[in-house]
Amino acid sequence: MLTFILHRLLQSVLVILAVALIAFSLFRYVGDPVNAMTGQDTTLQQREELRERLGLNDPFLVQYGRFVADAAQAEFGISYRHRRPVRELLAERLPATLELSIVSMALALLLGIPMGVYTALKPKGILSRGFMSLSLVGVSLPTFLIGILLILLFGVVLRWLPTFGRGEVVHLSGWTTGLLTKSGLQSLILPAFTLALFQMTLIMRLVRSEMLEVLRTDFIKFCRARGLPSRLVHFRHALKNTLVPVITITGLQLGSIIAFAIITESVFQWPGMGLLFIQAITTVDIPVMAAYLCMVAFFFVVINLVVDLLYFAVDPRLRVRRAA
Amino acid sequence: MALLDVENLSVEFPSRRGTFVAVNGVTIAVQPGEILGVVGESGAGKSTIGNAVIGLLEPPGRIGAGQIRLDGQRIDDLDDDAKRRIRGRRVSMIFQDPQTSLDPLQTIESQLVETIRVHLGLDHRAAQARAVDLLRQVGIPEPELRVKLYPHQFSGGMRQRVVIALALCAEPEVVVADEPTTALDVSIQAQILTLLKRLCRDKRVGMIVITHDMGVIAEITDRVAVMYRGKVVEEGPTSKILGDPDHPYTRALIGAVPRPDLRLHRFPYVDYIEGIAEKPAAISLKDHWLGRSRDFQRRHDGPLLELRDLSIRFPLNTAWLERNRRYVDAVKGVSFAIREGETFGLVGESGSGKSTIARLITQLYRPSGGSVVFDGTDVTALKRDRDLNPFRRQIQMVFQDPYSSLNPRMRVLDIVAEPIRFHRLAGSRAEVNRIVRDLLDHVGLGAKAAEKYPHEFSGGQRQRIVIARALATRPRFLICDEPTSALDVSIQAQILNLLKDLQEELRLTMLFISHDLPVIRQMCDRVGVMRFGQLLEVAPTEELFVSPQHPYTQELLSLMPNFRGLTHRGLDVEDRATG
Repeated sequence: MLTFILHRLLQSVLVILAVALIAFSLFRYVGDPVNAMTGQDTTLQQREELRERLGLNDPFLVQYGRFVADAAQAEFGISYRHRRPVRELLAERLPATLELSIVSMALALLLGIPMGVYTALKPKGILSRGFMSLSLVGVSLPTFLIGILLILLFGVVLRWLPTFGRGEVVHLSGWTTGLLTKSGLQSLILPAFTLALFQMTLIMRLVRSEMLEVLRTDFIKFCRARGLPSRLVHFRHALKNTLVPVITITGLQLGSIIAFAIITESVFQWPGMGLLFIQAITTVDIPVMAAYLCMVAFFFVVINLVVDLLYFAVDPRLRVRRAA
Repeated sequence: MALLDVENLSVEFPSRRGTFVAVNGVTIAVQPGEILGVVGESGAGKSTIGNAVIGLLEPPGRIGAGQIRLDGQRIDDLDDDAKRRIRGRRVSMIFQDPQTSLDPLQTIESQLVETIRVHLGLDHRAAQARAVDLLRQVGIPEPELRVKLYPHQFSGGMRQRVVIALALCAEPEVVVADEPTTALDVSIQAQILTLLKRLCRDKRVGMIVITHDMGVIAEITDRVAVMYRGKVVEEGPTSKILGDPDHPYTRALIGAVPRPDLRLHRFPYVDYIEGIAEKPAAISLKDHWLGRSRDFQRRHDGPLLELRDLSIRFPLNTAWLERNRRYVDAVKGVSFAIREGETFGLVGESGSGKSTIARLITQLYRPSGGSVVFDGTDVTALKRDRDLNPFRRQIQMVFQDPYSSLNPRMRVLDIVAEPIRFHRLAGSRAEVNRIVRDLLDHVGLGAKAAEKYPHEFSGGQRQRIVIARALATRPRFLICDEPTSALDVSIQAQILNLLKDLQEELRLTMLFISHDLPVIRQMCDRVGVMRFGQLLEVAPTEELFVSPQHPYTQELLSLMPNFRGLTHRGLDVEDRATG
């Protein structure tokens, strides 16, 4: 068990180093950082001094090592556009993105799993058919279109909900949250739902097909033959066996929600990392892009590690095999 | 009045193409403490009866007519909730495969406790105590400790004991056991049957044992009902049915069971069942494609295949340091030789390494030590495909499960033609097609089978396709890995006869792997006995069966289902087959 975790940690470190290499190459070789930092009236000599001071004349490995060491302390240099340390920018934006992602993932799970179970247990019911057709919409409509339609309906026509920004936020020792104010919560609803819709339909369809599969197995039949009530058969035995693949997908999806909240954030002008990243691309703000890349890799790796550990919690067969 | 009365029961499965009657007017009865056997081949409707009794017919199945009465009270027309209350409490069921009939994510204890509490309303602690007690009753050692384990931590036989404990949780009056030992090894089978018999006597439970295995019937049942196509064709005391059957189907069925005590030239055909096409004309190697250019000039005079000190080990974990790695020795220092034209049998229980040897010979696995010598060449020394392909052509394999060894998306024509095309054994497309049709005709399927897909065939027919595919490379050496253990006994007899015919016509050399001793006795010239990856004993078949040397062989032979009371009087079919 411990060796397995160490093994996984080592792999994670390798992944992060590889991503850092890409981020670093971006930073160092896509355009000239000195050019990006200085104006037209900087003399060649000043440029050379800056180059020396920034360590850009050092060998490749030394520079890469320095980049990794800095990144490990969340130090990604200074944004070209904002003229502020990237670390501060990210720290400001991170809470917004995390809150949005986690709320929408929770929404997706809380709605998706029950809907999946229901459609599996009553595959021919009217409600199930309704869910299945709705899920087609969720899978096939692009996120930005859903966002815009929701804005049109709830923001413009009905005027129930705000359509952009985070609303009022509360500062809690370096973390800003919109979950404690009414306007913050109201602002969260539309973007969170937009982001959750696709995940929800995915989870629903996954739970449904896995559950149908599990319900056909011998041990479920044996549970029925022992006269267990359907409630126990469905929820204690069938659902738990359904969850193993669901955990995998949920973990991967949470990673991609964080990484690809970009579209939703720009539709709703949500002040998160995605929006920051879009702006960084349009202004070729390379330190911000490099930092974003590293952050996303870090999230993915951590989530994957958590997913692996969750397997152990759910499936006793793995625990023993690894321990042996 | 019997404990369980099934009276004139019909079960129908309505479908778009009309209603299929799976069970047709069946009447059976079970007394307390009695074991009733229901025997028949797949599709005969035996399991459907079991499902109907326990009230769990697969939709869209429904009871069309008749009654099921438990202790005089009708149970087939109750509502779902009342039926659920009877299940487990008064009527219980044991399933075939202990590997899949327990929830893998819950401990044995939580599954037992849950069932006990649902039916008996005990509190948690009392239910726990009862769970431990039940495990003790079904013969699980150290039940206090084992109860905390998960299903995968038990062996197959132990799991089946747990399944039995679960079925007996609430002291049911009737237990339906659907093929309770089919998935188990012969030694475990004997233990489980003894256990079932004891529990049945002690607790005065009425038991219905559904099986296709005449050995099981002979071993534990008091009475037996023989089913054929949804009907009970004959019913009576076990000794009467086995010793002096009246119905021709029963006679044919018993005749098809491989005789453990006598070697026959051919199995009696169960012609009552499947009117298969008349026997294809014998192949003359002189003018037939299968005989042409069999360019097998013997390179030396020794045996055709020789295993020298062959070993393979599989890593149990993937540690980086050599000293932390642990291995399981699947095959350990096995040596034997097979002469040309001989049928060599390998027998042993599951996990003994029989199939691993087949894979080592075909080079699907690379050995960790020793060598495989085919016709004087060390095949294990060859690395490149170009060098190996001539051997692959000469060694072909027939696998156990005909359902998973055919590609479902390919036509039979392409399945059989693939090896011919790959090894470039035919000049033109037309010739390939002609050869394939000829092969299919020869294994008794008819040339028309070429245009169909595998799912259109039954298990026995699929196994014929597999054999045709194996023959398509004109092999010298055929490995049959449990070729009939997924098949009904009548189909088994046909397939084994086909293999014998082909062997004689084509002078094939065969390695025949099976756990079934009677089958081995009918098929093989010499036999090797395996256990834990080691070869314990090699002897000519008759010698081995008459005077086994190794204690393990003696034990295996003693566990072989013996047909007490089966006098083979009704087996005049035998004369037809041998004559």
